[in-house]
Amino acid sequence: MAQATFEEISASDFFYRNRDIAGFTNPSRAIFAAIRELVENSLDAAESLKIPPDIYVRLSFEGEASKDTQIYKLRVEDNGSGIQPRFIPSAFGQVLYGSKYKLKQTRGTFGLGGKMAVLYGQITTHQPAYVASSTGGPKIYCFKLMIDIQRNRPVILDRKVLINKEQWHGTIVEFSLEGDYLRSMPKILEYFKQTAMVNPYANLTFVDPKGRLYKFTRATTSMPEPPKETLPHPYGVDVELLQRLIQITPYTNMLDFLKNHFHRVGEVTAQKFLEFSGLNPNKNPKKLTHEEIVRLMQMLKKFDEFLPPDASCLSPLGEELLRTGIQKELNPEYLVVHQRKPSTYAGHPFIVEVGIAYGGGVPRGGNFVLYRFANKIPLLYDEASDVSFRVINAMNWRRYKVTPDMPIAIVVHICSTKVPYKTVGKEFIADRPEVRREIANELREVARQLGHFLSRQEHVNRERKRLGIFAKYLPKIANFASALAGKTEPPDVEKLLKSVQKYGAEEE
Amino acid sequence: MEQKKNKSRIAEKKNEVINSLRNFGKRIYEQMDSGVFPAISMPSRSTENINYDPELRQFVLGEKTVRRSARNIRHVKPFTQLTWAAMFSNELTTQRKTSTLRDVYYSAQAYEMTFKDQQESNNIITDLETVLGYSREDFNIFPEERSAVFGDLTIEYTVPGYEGRTLNLTSHPDGVLIGPALTSAEFNSTTADKVIAIEKGGLFTRFIEENVHKKYNALLVLTAGQAPRATRHFIRRLHQELNLPVYIFTDGDPWGMHIAMVIISGSANAAHLRELNTPDAKWSGVWATDIVNYKLPTDPLDEVDIKRLYELQKDPRYKEDPLWQREIKTFLKIKRKAEQEAFSRYGLTYIVDEYLPRKLEETK
Repeated sequence: MAQATFEEISASDFFYRNRDIAGFTNPSRAIFAAIRELVENSLDAAESLKIPPDIYVRLSFEGEASKDTQIYKLRVEDNGSGIQPRFIPSAFGQVLYGSKYKLKQTRGTFGLGGKMAVLYGQITTHQPAYVASSTGGPKIYCFKLMIDIQRNRPVILDRKVLINKEQWHGTIVEFSLEGDYLRSMPKILEYFKQTAMVNPYANLTFVDPKGRLYKFTRATTSMPEPPKETLPHPYGVDVELLQRLIQITPYTNMLDFLKNHFHRVGEVTAQKFLEFSGLNPNKNPKKLTHEEIVRLMQMLKKFDEFLPPDASCLSPLGEELLRTGIQKELNPEYLVVHQRKPSTYAGHPFIVEVGIAYGGGVPRGGNFVLYRFANKIPLLYDEASDVSFRVINAMNWRRYKVTPDMPIAIVVHICSTKVPYKTVGKEFIADRPEVRREIANELREVARQLGHFLSRQEHVNRERKRLGIFAKYLPKIANFASALAGKTEPPDVEKLLKSVQKYGAEEE
Repeated sequence: MEQKKNKSRIAEKKNEVINSLRNFGKRIYEQMDSGVFPAISMPSRSTENINYDPELRQFVLGEKTVRRSARNIRHVKPFTQLTWAAMFSNELTTQRKTSTLRDVYYSAQAYEMTFKDQQESNNIITDLETVLGYSREDFNIFPEERSAVFGDLTIEYTVPGYEGRTLNLTSHPDGVLIGPALTSAEFNSTTADKVIAIEKGGLFTRFIEENVHKKYNALLVLTAGQAPRATRHFIRRLHQELNLPVYIFTDGDPWGMHIAMVIISGSANAAHLRELNTPDAKWSGVWATDIVNYKLPTDPLDEVDIKRLYELQKDPRYKEDPLWQREIKTFLKIKRKAEQEAFSRYGLTYIVDEYLPRKLEETK
């Protein structure tokens, strides 16, 4: 069983004062952000066990809070890996405490979201959060806890242990928070729909405060290969990361330090680099001064003989799952998906997968519908700032016989160990040339295929229409002519009709 | 020249028309029956294929033909419409019923044959005229009736229910409508020795009141503006079958002048048809020179009038007789026009007593 390793990094009530940057901007955004963060943690938890996620979300009305806001109780249940009892209080009661500090592709990046949701709930309602979890062992551990904001410490109010007869594994989180469901409802529903699209192997259930049930059923049980943990690539490090590595390293010379803490750096490469940078291979990394660390970082970026990162740390959906997901949520008439080879930007590997869906359940709205995903989470805000949006707008769609009034949906999924978000709010992808190029190439590929489909369809339609005209009029000519000629039986037109079905039979 | 004795003329023509419609149907039937896409050829009616024939003194179609094939996706619908129109015309003529262009447009819908608009159905009827060489009146498709005739002519009806019945065209003082029944009637007898065609209803009535038909021994025909094709054909029959000279009186402006010209030399639109014009008919007035000579009250020519005059000046029909060019030049010089009613400045009967006899003599 995969087990998350936990380590304490830093404390903060910084986020308490700056909750905007984590997405808790206003009551309607907050409720959306809370659901999203917990659902994403749950998806990660199930995927780490390689079992198809079953996630149940219930939002229930508790009472009025102010003129525009209400108190809701949010409950999220999953069938994920669960959390070991000793880590539960910190996992939910301590900001920036988490399992996501190794490099592999996960949905969350800071280990921040779940705790922010709980923290937000606590500061708006002063109620404790309830957490129950089991890793599938004989017991289920239940906690009632609050966060001591100043000291960044969990305060356990109650702890219960239940017998786990059915070997249940997973986590249940329940807490109250203030919000505005009515205004956030469209985004929340859109979030579930798109999450279902990009996680076609997940069952998602949402019960809203009015008691309405939204169910997104999985269309497959096959899942993408889970990502492998990797070390950071030398091109991608910053001073902060270097300092952190130096703090924890057991190695006492630079050569071993480089060999053991960086991705795709072996004996030879490490030696070459040390020669290039003029660093003493025997120097103890812990003795590096701040200036030397800065210089080390700069030299790492300058050295051009590092091998590019490999993509085993990425877990793209793959063409088949992407197809399944889009098919399931949009039911288009025509669908083409494509995945490109891994690429890198600034030392971070990434993979772009795109899909283009035409007709069927795809709405026709005078413009393409764009679905953006990063590491299997939907991006719902700031579409116009996103690199995909810009690439789509810059493309010459006419070349592919595509016009904006067609019912077309475009799906862009970027997987990376470090998704190039422009902002901390994780809403849109920055316009980096490497990323832009990958998206553009990939879109051209699927657009080309769509173009072929459209011209084939146009040809078929034209042919059908042409034959329809002959089939409509030839019998009439036969009838009128025989009435005119005083014949009782009209001449047989079948032979003539057959002859126009052949290619090039038409007289111009 | 055929005389009134030849009573079977009308019936004969009816048979010819019906036969040509049926033959058209047979041709298509046989083509289809032998496994060939039906196709027809007809003279092209495009402007470059319309020529003036000085001998016939009318426009005719040239050598260029167009081919309509049911195998061509763009032709198959009009081809069907044409076949339908032939069948519909055949029903009309054999059942001796009449119809109008408007009626044709709606009748098609009963056969699930739709026309996009009236213009499309009109074009198909013109195609049928071109293919078969008969005018739509021969297929019993008539325009709205508005022209009339008055005078001592006895006709004999051939329309169902009236066969053999006769009518003297002086029986009604408003004149008798030149409609399907009159157009298809035989001419029995007349005492008249000329035909006077008049553009306007007011003057037509004045002429009847003033006994012009008696005083000048004339049949009076009201063209009511541009003469309908049935009326043009009727005037031709009066001239040919009864040997009567034809005099035309119109307003003194380019439009009136052209009304006379169309009666005399036909129109480009009817270049595919024959026997609609009366080349020997005379335009007797009101001329531009009459405006000057009779010092008539006038209106200035406006821009469209002048534009029209320059068009007519180049028209081959207007190059036949120096009279036309002289009158066009005079119009352009005086830049005035006058209506027939303008003679009333000299009293109500002046036009009948003074102007008319002089002009009849002048254009004899």
